Amino acid sequence: MMEPQGKEQGTPDRLTKTQEMVYELTVGEVMASKMVTVGPDQSMSEFRLLLRDNHISGTPVVENGKLVGMVSIEDLINALYDNAISAPIRERMKSKVECLYVDELLVHCIAKFSKLGYRRYPVLNRNDELVGIITKGSIVEGLLKKLEIEYEQSEKKAALTRQRPTMKKFFEDVTADEISFTFRYNVAGQDLKEAGKAASELKNALKKMGICAPLLRRIGVATYEAEINLASYTKGGEIRAQVEKWGIIVEAIDKGPGIPDIERAMQPGFSTAPEWVRELGFGAGMGLANMKKCADEMELKSSVPDGTHLTMQFHYTS
Amino acid sequence: MKLIDLVKEFGLEVKAGSGHLDNDVTGGYVSDLLSDVLAHAEDGVLWVTLHIHQNIVAVASHKGLSGIILVQGRVPEQDTMAKAEAENIPIMVTDLSAFELVGRLYKAGIRGA
Repeated sequence: MMEPQGKEQGTPDRLTKTQEMVYELTVGEVMASKMVTVGPDQSMSEFRLLLRDNHISGTPVVENGKLVGMVSIEDLINALYDNAISAPIRERMKSKVECLYVDELLVHCIAKFSKLGYRRYPVLNRNDELVGIITKGSIVEGLLKKLEIEYEQSEKKAALTRQRPTMKKFFEDVTADEISFTFRYNVAGQDLKEAGKAASELKNALKKMGICAPLLRRIGVATYEAEINLASYTKGGEIRAQVEKWGIIVEAIDKGPGIPDIERAMQPGFSTAPEWVRELGFGAGMGLANMKKCADEMELKSSVPDGTHLTMQFHYTS
Repeated sequence: MKLIDLVKEFGLEVKAGSGHLDNDVTGGYVSDLLSDVLAHAEDGVLWVTLHIHQNIVAVASHKGLSGIILVQGRVPEQDTMAKAEAENIPIMVTDLSAFELVGRLYKAGIRGA
């Protein structure tokens, strides 16, 4: 039976995955249930055509739903040799047949293959009805399929449990006099069509760096609002994000026209949005308030007509 | 409840993201102010709006919404549908008004977050 083959050096003597699987899989799980059968009264020459057309080398012989024998290419060669190609299959088949049961473990089946040397075995259910056929090929196929399923499952599990290295951990592990990651995105003014792109690109980049989802969401929303402001009210500008040891800084810097009254601009509901911005569902005077809610720290500096510089800080939570 | 259940029950026309109708709907939110949605909609909620431009997809994506329903048979812009496909955000359309649709969603068990 399944003896450990080719033991690897240094590894303890333990069951391999394949050896484990032959104790889990049943004959029924790997057998082919779709098969070609013949009747005992068909001739050997008919059997020859059947082999040719189906690319097989043997098949069960069935009479009134019951298995009565097995016939193979070997029987065909013998019939040719005996000049008995027209003889009914009944006379040339093997009627003493070794069978396997559908609920037997694969390990028993493999033992039978190596002990008896037949190339295929009919598979019966416990009512002795023929339900399938098993060959070495179907065993290999069955094992591979099971391996594939288990591999996929373990991959999925690994993906779920895989700990992304957090940026905090990264900074702990790496030493330099100065480390900085900066992301910079240009944002066009007076155009809301492309607005949101920088925020989502930044969010993707930070996600790849292992920033956790809740923080990522806050940064995404705040950056999106900042970007909408650049696109709605300014002559254009840029979004800059810097990844630091303690957290992330997002800046929105524009080229004007600047905010005359910052205090007023910060009030929820206050807006100077033009009609085209309002039509798109923006300009309700909530943007800055939203950003303030998302960020841990926010600073807004502006001078007319040079432009506005918004700085938001987000701290790592874990 | 999943989006697909609502699509069936209310005969919603799926305009984009048809591969993601098994998204779980954890609640609902109605607003035509994008900043309001950004501020108040929660993860997994279904958003009812009349906006058809592509910024709605960005908002839904940033907030992790389960989907968007456009009311009054409004047709999303081509860019909006393309972006929704890219960002995996389902967009559905109903002929009902927002008031009518929300009433029925509520009756079906969807609650405000």
